[in-house]
Amino acid sequence: MDELDKRIINQLQQGFPICEQPYAQVSASLGIPVAELLQRLQSLLDSGVLSRFGPLFHAEQMGGALTLAALQVPESRFEEVSEQVNAFPEVAHNYARDHSLNMWFVVATERPEQVDAVLSAIEAKTGLKVLNMPKIREYYVGLQLEA
Amino acid sequence: MMLSLDERILLAVQNGLPICSRPYQAIADELLISEAQLLERLQALRQQGVIKRWGVIVKHRPLGYKANAMIVVNVPDERVVELGKKLSAEPVVNLCYQRPRQGERWPYNLYCMIHGKDRAMVEAHWQRLQQQCGLGDFMSEILFSRRCFKQRGAWYPGGQALHG
Repeated sequence: MDELDKRIINQLQQGFPICEQPYAQVSASLGIPVAELLQRLQSLLDSGVLSRFGPLFHAEQMGGALTLAALQVPESRFEEVSEQVNAFPEVAHNYARDHSLNMWFVVATERPEQVDAVLSAIEAKTGLKVLNMPKIREYYVGLQLEA
Repeated sequence: MMLSLDERILLAVQNGLPICSRPYQAIADELLISEAQLLERLQALRQQGVIKRWGVIVKHRPLGYKANAMIVVNVPDERVVELGKKLSAEPVVNLCYQRPRQGERWPYNLYCMIHGKDRAMVEAHWQRLQQQCGLGDFMSEILFSRRCFKQRGAWYPGGQALHG
């Protein structure tokens, strides 16, 4: 990845135009030919630096709900519990973290009232108490990751 | 199941735009609508906030960001908005949320994510941010991730999740 790749990534994280020829608009603002932009984007996607190109949805605006939840899992049961938790289709992300609360996951449901039912089902399945930390407010962040 | 036009559009774009000179035209063709209609609906969905961000989704590991930390802080409730805004304006902060405290065991109400090339870099960023944002007096913890088990981005109308 060179300097131009980094400029492309940083620029596109700020947003992508919704117009007839969006790549032409981006290439003009970067001062490069559109063919070069398309070719570089393809190779950034192929090499896995970019995972996809398009929308990030707002679950709540779509009528759904998201929450962040945590479990304190005994180390001896960690693999077993991670399989139990990940088996729920509503579990979107799951991270092991270095803390006594060592499993952190996001639950996404189609309707808000389903969140509690999923968390209760996870408690029943694992026998562990789930801490539920839904978002109260989100603070806007511009660039996601500087390349 | 009958899907609305907006649902069909969201479904068609969720895996990303094609890389070609008229990407919206290509998607409009699949949906059997005009490019102008697609652009109009996407702009509306963006304005309504259904589409929160429209751009590239970057993977942090290939960019060399190997350490990922969730940092939690216990700040006074009356200052959480001010401090949340300050923290989220810092370029190294990727996400920033206010969440409810969970009693004495987990008294934190402000959360942010910081990615770094390694743990030392994240810790150095956090030290600097505590000073710059005036967070030094408040209790905080850094939770580094050890492993990511599952990551799913997709949405499917009707409540079914697409995996992978």
